[in-house]
Amino acid sequence: MYKEKTFLGNLFHKNGRAIGSMGYFTILMLVFLIGAPEAWMRPNLHQSVFVMLPTLIFLVIPLVFLVASGEIDLSFASTYAVAAYIFAIMVKAGIDPTLAILAGILTGAVIGAIVGALIVIFRLSSLVASLGMLFLLRGIILLLTESRSITIMEIDTHWTYSVLVGNFYGFPMQIFWAAIFVIYCYYLFSKHVFGIHIHHVGDNSVSAEQMGINVKAVKIKAFMFVGIGAAIGGIFTTLITYTFFPTQGFGYLLLALAAVFVGGTPYWGGLGTIVGAVFGVGIIAYMEIGIIAIGWSGTWRQFFNGLIILLALLGHRLHGERVR
Amino acid sequence: MEKIIELKNVTKRFGGITALNKASLHVEQGEVVGLIGDNGAGKSTLIKTLVGVYGPDEGEIIINGKKVINWNALKARESGIETVFQDRALCPQQSIVWNIFMGKELKYPFGFVREKEQINEANRLIREIGFTSKLIDAESPVGNLSGGERQGVAIARAIYNNAELIILDEPTNALSLNETQKVFDFVRNVKKSNRSVLFIGHNIYHVYDISDRFVILDRGEVVHQIDKKDIATPEELMKIMKQTVEVN
Ligand SMILES: Nc1ncnc2c1ncn2[C@@H]1O[C@H](COP(=O)(O)OP(=O)(O)OP(=O)(O)O)[C@@H](O)[C@H]1O
Ligand SMILES: [Mg+2]
Repeated sequence: MYKEKTFLGNLFHKNGRAIGSMGYFTILMLVFLIGAPEAWMRPNLHQSVFVMLPTLIFLVIPLVFLVASGEIDLSFASTYAVAAYIFAIMVKAGIDPTLAILAGILTGAVIGAIVGALIVIFRLSSLVASLGMLFLLRGIILLLTESRSITIMEIDTHWTYSVLVGNFYGFPMQIFWAAIFVIYCYYLFSKHVFGIHIHHVGDNSVSAEQMGINVKAVKIKAFMFVGIGAAIGGIFTTLITYTFFPTQGFGYLLLALAAVFVGGTPYWGGLGTIVGAVFGVGIIAYMEIGIIAIGWSGTWRQFFNGLIILLALLGHRLHGERVR
Repeated sequence: MEKIIELKNVTKRFGGITALNKASLHVEQGEVVGLIGDNGAGKSTLIKTLVGVYGPDEGEIIINGKKVINWNALKARESGIETVFQDRALCPQQSIVWNIFMGKELKYPFGFVREKEQINEANRLIREIGFTSKLIDAESPVGNLSGGERQGVAIARAIYNNAELIILDEPTNALSLNETQKVFDFVRNVKKSNRSVLFIGHNIYHVYDISDRFVILDRGEVVHQIDKKDIATPEELMKIMKQTVEVN
């Protein structure tokens, strides 16, 4: 029998995964608040989250699209650095930063298209092929830079700096852009043909193909979107820290993937949640910084990260099996 | 009568298996063609080739008198062909409305979807065909539906687009008597409005009932074509089918 429809019941039925992630985030915040109220009230704790959180948003939200389309990508953590590198050397060469940003984003899109083509057209496994790409791109960066960082203090006076990552009466601009990105992606994912086709392709690619959806094109676009998100993340971080460094982004690989799944997007394709992913990012970002802030030794960090991921997955499991 | 679609000497292989061997078939405007043949005869392969899901290895496809190049499923739908596939081609985790409009969404400029309009249309359609119970609405996931209801969604999708040619690959095999009758009424209505149907069925009485012409497929080859006016009873059709298959 079908359950009687109530407003709340309906809301939960459609958004259960997002609401679940919100719940875990709330619990985590309460634990920190009760565990270490003074540390938690200190504003500089949240400031460091404000650096990490937008970057993770740019990485994680496009990954939700890709996972919902039934694929996975690991190479984004290196694409991040390649795009940031292109951006940094162009600024260093005196090219207009606006152009440098566009070039960086274009680089991300091109790398995404290459990764996507390898996987979709040559039918390589997305896990393995993107793992190869992850190392390959990182290797190229290390060779090109000879493992040296690039500092771009000169960006400080350019308008792009203040507009993108400056302070607006104490409010960090990158949070504003990340919020715009989230809202845009929310509509793209659930109200736009691109997002809807992503759902169909990830749900049942044979059906999608039979109904005239170009499955390969949709998947390659999803890979490109991940590349673009990674590029934006890399450029933002480089702007915020005035520095490109060759190992940039590597640390985000597992954190970003964890945020996708903790956020409630299942691994099997056809479903995903943007709102959930935002809370997933919140959970991961506050885990990383919160543990240290409340005075526990950093050695506990990985342990708690793992614990949170497993608990969240168990929680999402309750929401249901895949329907077929 | 005008041929709206034609398949000429089409061969389709899957690895070592030749699923279609120089098969030819056409559908005229306003007629109902019954495609019959045993399990594995190649019926589904034939219609999937016709609607561009599979590319043929040899042969050609002709739409309204013109040979088509780079034929694909989207082009087939754009030129007015809708198909109810044997596997229903649904996405179970998605809502009924998303399934009904899959690949042919109602859009605003820039690709955003007319959500309200789609939901209203979908609700109207599922009431109209009456396949789904009252507790289920357009936003319920297809995975919650019964086999017959899922079939209803696939049929609703084919109905919605007012196609010139509707292809039904065993559309009634999960349906009750009453619902089967609705599908036949629908086929008759399509014919009445001078549009065409290509009907695949296992039940020879059903196929006999609604078709104007029969095409018999055996092991990938079209072995016989016969008009309904040349045979008197479904038993006769069955006899012809047996004979041609044996000779072949
Ligand atoms: N995608 C595929 N890959 C490999 N072989 C296939 C594929 N599709 C069909 N075949 C083979 O082609 C032959 C014809 O299959 P098809 O599905 O067209 O038969 P059918 O007439 O529709 O049968 P049924 O009445 O059981 O639906 C079968 O031998 C089948 O195994
Ligand atoms: Mg079949």
